Amino acid sequence: MKILVPVKRVIDYNVKPRVKSDGSGVDLANVKMSMNPFDEISVEEAIRLKEAGKAEEIIAVSVGPQKAQETLRTALAMGADRAILVVTDEEVEPLGVAKILAKIVAEEQPRLVITGKQAIDDDSNQTGQMLAALLGWGQGTFANTVELDSDSITVKREIDGGLQTVKLNLPAVVTTDLRLNEPRYASLPNIMKAKKKPMDEKTPADYGVDIIPRLTTTNVSEPPVRQAGEKVEDVDALVAKLKAVGAI
Amino acid sequence: MKTLVLVEHDNKTMKDATLAVVTAASQLGEVHALVIGSGCASVGEQVAKVAGVATVHVADDAALEHQLAENAAPLIASLMDSHDAFLAPATTTGKNIAPRVAALLDVMQISDILSVESEDTFTRPIYAGNAIATVKSSDAKKVITVRGTAFDKAETEGGSAKIEGVTGAGESGLSSFVSEEIAKSERPELTSAKIIVSGGRALGSAEKFEEFITPLADKLGAGIGASRAAVDAGYVPNDYQVGQTGKIVAPEVYIAIGISGAIQHLAGMKDSKIIVAINKDEDAPIFQVADIGLVADLFNAVPELTSKV
Repeated sequence: MKILVPVKRVIDYNVKPRVKSDGSGVDLANVKMSMNPFDEISVEEAIRLKEAGKAEEIIAVSVGPQKAQETLRTALAMGADRAILVVTDEEVEPLGVAKILAKIVAEEQPRLVITGKQAIDDDSNQTGQMLAALLGWGQGTFANTVELDSDSITVKREIDGGLQTVKLNLPAVVTTDLRLNEPRYASLPNIMKAKKKPMDEKTPADYGVDIIPRLTTTNVSEPPVRQAGEKVEDVDALVAKLKAVGAI
Repeated sequence: MKTLVLVEHDNKTMKDATLAVVTAASQLGEVHALVIGSGCASVGEQVAKVAGVATVHVADDAALEHQLAENAAPLIASLMDSHDAFLAPATTTGKNIAPRVAALLDVMQISDILSVESEDTFTRPIYAGNAIATVKSSDAKKVITVRGTAFDKAETEGGSAKIEGVTGAGESGLSSFVSEEIAKSERPELTSAKIIVSGGRALGSAEKFEEFITPLADKLGAGIGASRAAVDAGYVPNDYQVGQTGKIVAPEVYIAIGISGAIQHLAGMKDSKIIVAINKDEDAPIFQVADIGLVADLFNAVPELTSKV
């Protein structure tokens, strides 16, 4: 079984984004970029399925700038077998990404796609569900645990208030939540080896899909700043204060 | 403009998350609501009373009992022939279904909106709420998820909408429901709690979390939350998690105990009316957003607070 793992290059999880003063977006110049943390969990899960003998090949794919090849190299160093980079300097929305991925799925014929539930830059939480819709496949979103069989996958999902388990016929799309696993770090020898693994370069035009953005961002601003209040000396003062503002 | 609002419910009761979506939809135009489920007629009746709702469509079908996206999305997409905007709450149900609907309609979804600026322009948080984007959609139909804490709740009385039955395509054959584990608790749900007591990694263990956080929450009749660090450390289940990757909450009072205030946590609670922080480290970032701060060892301060409230 082949597993396709779409990954996105995003601002590093630990960097606090700075909004540009002209309101045109977030300043990404000279900012550390990394693989979207939810996508790292996807890569890890695919590798574990391969290690368990349930998958033969893991293909990592990214739609983004030339530099997204670094993200794909990370996926290869973790354990993916080969990579496809769809190079574009334009911003591609989740709908456009899903359309490109649907074409790649048609070419590569994976039985399973595992991707992060959302990217931590635009926080859309859409691509996996859209891809499943375009392919007419089942979707197991916000996965907490997965169990892969030859013709189905059972996904325990994180839902409001608890967990829900669904069974999907293969092929299917799974999107990962935080508790699915803890991604490994790539070892130095594996980082070296990853440099020799195959990486195909494509462009959106190769897939002939419409990726013209439907949304225009007219402004990006700082969120309203919350002012710090006061510190109290002890618990008695805290209780008095809470009573004074009618909180208790 | 005619809007279609996805009702959040459990086949018996309409959930509060629906009410904020009704408010958002009413800013766009006429509000129609959609209840998908099985044996969910009583939910339809509750929604019909919500102020501002003109029509309630009820799809009552065994195939829709668990609102699986594969079965729900084609039904919603077909109803969009006669509606201009589909709005779902940004709950796990809404986030699961709405993008599937959007792709079927060839529409780019606008996720997690904070405000309606005009019929095609909305604001939404990006980068874990560290920036707010204003986006304009060129799609003829709109597919939107709504952040519940950003809109006032519509009144649950005063409406008298007509109720109409609709039918879906039945089972997709792609997926099936196996089981559900919903934490049963007398405690208010995080997204609707008036007071939330939230614990962080400083608690040190699941036992200490239970020993120190639970009694205070019991005393206050509060919901219990946790930071991602506390969840990752296994002190509490993931559905306690408040933050960008967990739940977004905005209670009257949010009491953060032993929580340092990482960006991703702040993104989930900074719209709370009053934030109280108890932390040993006086430089903890949580104090920059707290209305009332107490620099103290939580293991002493929390039991004392519990005894005095």
